[in-house]
Amino acid sequence: MKQDTDMNRRRFLGQAAAAAGLTVAPGVMLYEVQARPADQAATSKQRWGMLIDTSKCSTGCTDCVTACKTEHGWGSTETKSNAEQQAQWIRKVKLTDKQTGHVQSLPLMCQHCETPPCVDVCPTGASMKRADGIVLVDKHICIGCRYCMMACPYKARSFIHEPLMNQKPHAPRGMGTVESCTLCVHRVDNDGIPACVESCNAKGHKAMYFGDLHDPNSEISKRLKEFGGEQIRADLGLNTGVRYQGL
Amino acid sequence: MKAIRYQEIQGNSFGYFALLGILGLIVAAGGLAAFYMEHNGHWVTGMTNQVVWGMPHVFAIFLIVAASGALNVASISSVFGKKQYKPLAPLSAFLSICLLLGGLTILVLDLGQPDRLIVAMTIYNFKSIFAWNMILYNGFIAIVAVYIWFMLEKRMNKYSKYAGFAAFFWRLILTTGTGSIFGFLVARQAYDAAIMAPMFIIMSFAYGLAIFILVMMAAYNWSGRELGDATVRRMKNLLGVFVGAVLYFTLVYHLTNLYATEHHGVEAFMLRDGGIYTTLFWWGWVVIGGVLPLALLYGPTGDNRSAIGLASVLVILGGLATIYVIVIGGQAYPLEMFPGKIVESSFFDGGVKAYSPTLAETLLGIGGFALALIMVALVVKVLRVLPESMSDAIADPHYKAEK
Amino acid sequence: MYLPRYIKQLVGILGVSLLLALPLTSQAGDLLPSIPKGKGDKCVEPTADMRINHMEYILHQRDDTMRRGIRTSKHSLKECIECHNAPAKDGKVARVGNKEHFCSSCHIYSAVKVDCFECHTDKPENAQYRHAVKGNH
Repeated sequence: MKQDTDMNRRRFLGQAAAAAGLTVAPGVMLYEVQARPADQAATSKQRWGMLIDTSKCSTGCTDCVTACKTEHGWGSTETKSNAEQQAQWIRKVKLTDKQTGHVQSLPLMCQHCETPPCVDVCPTGASMKRADGIVLVDKHICIGCRYCMMACPYKARSFIHEPLMNQKPHAPRGMGTVESCTLCVHRVDNDGIPACVESCNAKGHKAMYFGDLHDPNSEISKRLKEFGGEQIRADLGLNTGVRYQGL
Repeated sequence: MKAIRYQEIQGNSFGYFALLGILGLIVAAGGLAAFYMEHNGHWVTGMTNQVVWGMPHVFAIFLIVAASGALNVASISSVFGKKQYKPLAPLSAFLSICLLLGGLTILVLDLGQPDRLIVAMTIYNFKSIFAWNMILYNGFIAIVAVYIWFMLEKRMNKYSKYAGFAAFFWRLILTTGTGSIFGFLVARQAYDAAIMAPMFIIMSFAYGLAIFILVMMAAYNWSGRELGDATVRRMKNLLGVFVGAVLYFTLVYHLTNLYATEHHGVEAFMLRDGGIYTTLFWWGWVVIGGVLPLALLYGPTGDNRSAIGLASVLVILGGLATIYVIVIGGQAYPLEMFPGKIVESSFFDGGVKAYSPTLAETLLGIGGFALALIMVALVVKVLRVLPESMSDAIADPHYKAEK
Repeated sequence: MYLPRYIKQLVGILGVSLLLALPLTSQAGDLLPSIPKGKGDKCVEPTADMRINHMEYILHQRDDTMRRGIRTSKHSLKECIECHNAPAKDGKVARVGNKEHFCSSCHIYSAVKVDCFECHTDKPENAQYRHAVKGNH
C-alpha cells in the first residue's frame, strides 16, 4: 500500500531527524517529533509558533534570511522588479532606542496571528489560517487585490510583480499573487522545523525556537512560561504565533 | 410647471463625434496600458511592496465615490420630493452607473489576476468589506437600473419613489463600504478611523454633484438646448454646502488626530513634513478642492456659469488630490511597529516610502474616467433621458413669467 | 466547472474517437499531439479516467493539501510531473509551452490554457529523477 510506504518513509525521517537532533545538541531536543499521517488534516490540537530570543540575535547576521531564500527560492528570482518591488519573506530589522541608543536586532516575518487582519480583509478567502495556526495564501484563488498587504501590521506580505520560472516544487510562487512566510508548512507537515530555525540552530546562534504552543511540555511553551515572550504590536490584540524575548 | 419632454440629443454634429473620438482614444490608451501591465506584471508600474495601491486606485476610488454622489439629483427629487430636480433625475441615475462602471473597470484591470474575477464573484469571505463591496456595487447597478426603468416607463412611474428610496439607502451603505476599506485598516496610522465612512459619504456628495453639473452644462450647451438659471443656481448652492461639509469633516478628522500624542507623527507628516503629500493636502484638498470653489460659488461670480463650471472642475481636481493623499500618503507613512525606536531593515522599514507613478498606471486611471464619460455621451444619444428644455418656465415650479 | 459525469464521458469518447480518426486524414501528422510516455507501466488511475478527470483529481488534491495539510502523493501535481515529464529530444528537461512537455502536448493541441505553471514549477526538482508510480494503486 502506498500508505505504508509513506509511513515507512516518515518514520525513517523522524528517526533520522531525532538522531540528528541528538547529535547537534546532546540532551536538548530543539523540537518535538509529533507524527501526523500524510492523509490526515492538520487540526487545532496543535498551534505552531516560534520564539525569538533577541539577546542572541546579532546585528549583521542574516543566516535565517539566507536559509529562507534557499528553501523557498526567493531573493534572486525576480530580475525585473526593483528593490522595493522584490519579495521578502523574512528580513532582519535593526532597532535603535531613540533615548538610550540601545541597539537590538531581530528577524521579522509573518507573525501567524490567531486573528489575522489579512484573513479578515481578503475578499475571496485566499488569505487563510490553517487549523494548526499557520497563516497562508491560497494562490489558487488569490486575485491579487493586495488588500491583505494594506491590512498587515507587520508588512509581512509581498506581491509578485513579474513572471517567475524555476520555482521550488514545494514552494509555488507566481506573478500577480501575494505571498509570505509559510512557517515552512511543507516541512512542518513532514515533522520538520522551519528552515530559518534550523539554520539559526545549526550555526550555533540558538536564537530561534519552533514548536507547539498548545503542548505545555514543548520546549517553546516551557521557555515562554519561564521567560515570557512579547508580541510586536501587542496593542492590536492579535495573539501572534511568533513571540519575541527581550523586545 | 409644464410637462417634461425627454428627447435624445441629435448627436450627429462634428463636435459630438470629436468628443467620442477623443474619449475613445483615451479609453483605448487606458486599455493598452492595462494590457501592458497585465502582460509584463506590475514591475512596469510605480507600485511596489511598500506602496501597494497606486494611481489606478486613486482614480477608481474617486470614481466609485463620485458615482454614489452623482445620484444626488435623483435622490433629492424622489426621496425629498423636490420637483425641480425631477427632470434631470434619469441623467443623474445614468451618470452614477457609468461612473461606477468606469471605476470598477480600473479596479479590476489593476488586479494581479484579473481573469480570476469569477472567483471574486463566486467566493465570498463575509468578514471582508471588499467582498461586501462587490455585492454593494453590483446591487447598486441593479437597483439604479430598476429605478431608471420606473422613472422612464410611464406605467411604472408611480413606483419610482420607492425605487428612489431603495437607491438612496443603498448608495449610503455603498459609500460607507468604500470609506470602510480604509476605516477598517487597523494596521496603518492614517486610517483606522470611524470618521472615514461619513467623510467618504460627504465627499461623494461633493464630487458626484460637481461631475453632474459639468455633464449637465456640457450636454445642454453643446446640444443647443436651454438650461435655465434656476436649475443651475440651485445646484451650485448645493455644491457649496457639500464642499463646506468636506472641509468640516477634514478639520474634525485632523483635530481628533492632533489631540492624541500617538498620532502626532502621522499628522506632522500629512500637514507639515510630508513633501508632496503635504503640498497636495494644503493646495489640493483644502485650497483647490475647498476654499477656491467656495469663493467662486458664493462670491460675486456666483451667478456666472463659467465660474460655476470652473468651481466644479476645481472640486474634481481637489477631490483627486484628496484621494491621492488618503490612499498614497497613508501608505507612504511607515508602519509604527516599534514605538520609540529607529527602525532599519532591508525591506525599507521605518522610512517614508517613495511612489512615482508611471505613464501606464496613470493612463489606466484616466482611461476609466474617459470610459465613464463616453458611456454617458452614448446614453444621451440613444436613450431619452435628457429633457428637451430645462428653461426656467419648464423646470422651475416657482417660475413667474416676467411682465 | 461541474458537469454530469456522463457528459464528461461523452465528450471524452468523442474526443478519443476524433483522435483515432484523425490519422486517417492525410495531413494530420504534424497536428496530432505526441504524448511523451510516463515512467512505469500505469498511472494512478486508469488512463481513460485520467484523460477525462485529471483536472478534477488535481483540483481536489490542491484544496486538500493547500487548505488542510493533507499531503498524500497519489493525486498531487508534483507527482504528475515526477513521472510524466520526459526529457525533450535534445536531452534537456522539457518545459511547459513546448509541445514536448507532457501537459503542453495535449493542452496546446486542444487549446486549453493551463495556469498551474504560473506558480508551480514545470519540471522535477532533480531533472534526472523520474520515478514510476510507487506501491499499489
